[in-house]
Amino acid sequence: MATAHTTVESAGVTGPRALLRRLTSGDEIARLVTLIFALMTVLITGMIVVQLWVNSAESRHAFGWRFFISQEWDPVFNKYGALPFIYGTLVTSALGMIIAVPLGLGAAIFLAELAPRRISDILTFMIDLLAAVPSVIYGLLGVFILVPLMRTEIEPFLKETLGFLPLFQGPAYGIGFLTAGLVLAVMIVPFIISVSREVLLAVPREQREASLALGATRWEATWRAVVPYARTGIMGSVFLALARALGETMAVTMVVGNNPRIAASLLGPGYSIASVLANEFSEATGTLYLSALIELGLVLFLLTFVINGLARLLIVVTTQRGSGVAQ
Amino acid sequence: MVFRKLLGWALLLSLVSVPVRAQNINAAGATFPYPIYSKWFDEYHKLHSNIQINYQSIGSGGGISQLIAKTVDFGASDGPMTDDQLKQAGFKILHFPTVLGAAVLTYNIPGVTGDLNFTPEAIAGIYLGRITKWNDPAIAGPNPGVKLPKDDIVVIHRSDGSGTTYIWSDYLSKVSDEWKGKVGKGTSINWPVGLGGKGNEGVSGLIKQTPDAIGYIELIYAVQNKLPYGLVKNTTGAFIKATLDGVSAAAAGAATNMPDDFRVSITDAPGKGSYPISSFTWLLIPAQIQDAGKREAIKGFLNWMLADGQQYCEGLAYAKLPKEVVVKEKKAIALIQ
Repeated sequence: MATAHTTVESAGVTGPRALLRRLTSGDEIARLVTLIFALMTVLITGMIVVQLWVNSAESRHAFGWRFFISQEWDPVFNKYGALPFIYGTLVTSALGMIIAVPLGLGAAIFLAELAPRRISDILTFMIDLLAAVPSVIYGLLGVFILVPLMRTEIEPFLKETLGFLPLFQGPAYGIGFLTAGLVLAVMIVPFIISVSREVLLAVPREQREASLALGATRWEATWRAVVPYARTGIMGSVFLALARALGETMAVTMVVGNNPRIAASLLGPGYSIASVLANEFSEATGTLYLSALIELGLVLFLLTFVINGLARLLIVVTTQRGSGVAQ
Repeated sequence: MVFRKLLGWALLLSLVSVPVRAQNINAAGATFPYPIYSKWFDEYHKLHSNIQINYQSIGSGGGISQLIAKTVDFGASDGPMTDDQLKQAGFKILHFPTVLGAAVLTYNIPGVTGDLNFTPEAIAGIYLGRITKWNDPAIAGPNPGVKLPKDDIVVIHRSDGSGTTYIWSDYLSKVSDEWKGKVGKGTSINWPVGLGGKGNEGVSGLIKQTPDAIGYIELIYAVQNKLPYGLVKNTTGAFIKATLDGVSAAAAGAATNMPDDFRVSITDAPGKGSYPISSFTWLLIPAQIQDAGKREAIKGFLNWMLADGQQYCEGLAYAKLPKEVVVKEKKAIALIQ
């Protein structure tokens, strides 16, 4: 667009007539409209931050930085601290990502590179369906199928084999960090598969052919030539999934145990920021209580912001150091 | 164009057929009484077609704050407003009890069928984390002949802020000084032990799936889903199984000492048949309503609710207001000006 602009000016045609022509040709209108749309996202984000900041004033003044390190959450005596919720959000999301990323990436590679076209299309259709399932359904499946399985089979097995680690000690309730992480993994895997597959399919044929011509096997061509080319897009899908995991509310609430404690064991109950907001916001009486809940919202926003920032940084660093192919 | 003409007449008719000015009233608040409230507002609208009450069940906290902000004409809450909240409002707010609810103890102990008896001390001990085994003497004592296992008790509570938690913690605050000092009462509290389930369905779902679990749910939910629940010892020493009548009895027992503003807790109420973990739920109505039409509509509704409206309670498994309270409330309606 910038080049079009300079050609018009260099031709010496300026003034209202040029403006009129640019307007009628649609470029300028399109530019303005899309600019407004783009600014809208900035505006909405900005307004959310301002609202969260203003409405959390009482809590920020009352607790200051202690809000981030205090482990106490007591609505009766009006003492609020965010640490157990921050911890729970990070742990459940991390567990979800550890399980979902390899699984999702592997499935995407299979669907894009290795599977016969027809099978790939059918599977992709089903994965897209999975992405559209409401989170409360995942939560219900978690409560009625995964939780009993975790309590009777998986958690006793983990305690027996890996019980020497503090991560797998304590009573097996079936609900807790690990179950929440598993449910999150199932929920975010479709995002990773769906987006990564599209990105992999968009890699030019030459990239594969050149690699194969040099004598690479099919897997080598995929792993060494195609996947690195699509890395930025794959990272994008991973961060989209992470954002969903951090903000997931219903499904986590149903299986995490809703207990604001920090414990080493993944089998124990925990809590997440989004869950406590969903649980307590509607019945929150008292201004300090509401204000503390809003500050938790602000913390979640910050957390997402910081993690997204780190993610961008990671992309920049890896693409500069990597194969040199810019997307 | 016959069609256009018809449409014109239809429009004209629709304008003419509204006899009196429509009265739209907005209200918001507690979710627990929502089924009966929507039934009432619906039935009342059938009787008075010009009065439409829109009720949003956004929770007691939301109801109170919207009332204070004057964005609704009246509010509803499962817990009475505190003195601080009333002061904050800056205008006089009246409480009107509408129906009653109760919390019951439900449990899942392998090998144990039939109803268990619970003393207040046992309930407080379990929820404080002092009693951790099912065969603890505090539980086994009132249940002779029942073989209780020596397993750990898995304590379940509501994770979402709720009127049921308010009733529950209000009761425990009355029967246990330790609870009162350490935990207190509220719609959300800092639980000493236990796992949180979201909503009645979340709590009962966890209990069903977890051996040796215990938790509290709304009486209505237990009745509608035919869940077994335990008996609780009341002030006279009798073990009472929660029923709608038992809950109304608790309200009648408390009626003699009812303060004029109706802000009263009826947990641990006196009376032989009283179920001790019961509570009113309230409508919160401004004492002064400027708009005469709205004022008369709200007063009319309150009068109807206290008389004919109460007949809908049992069908929806809510406990009715006892006569003593109805008489007192009818007098209080005159305070709305």
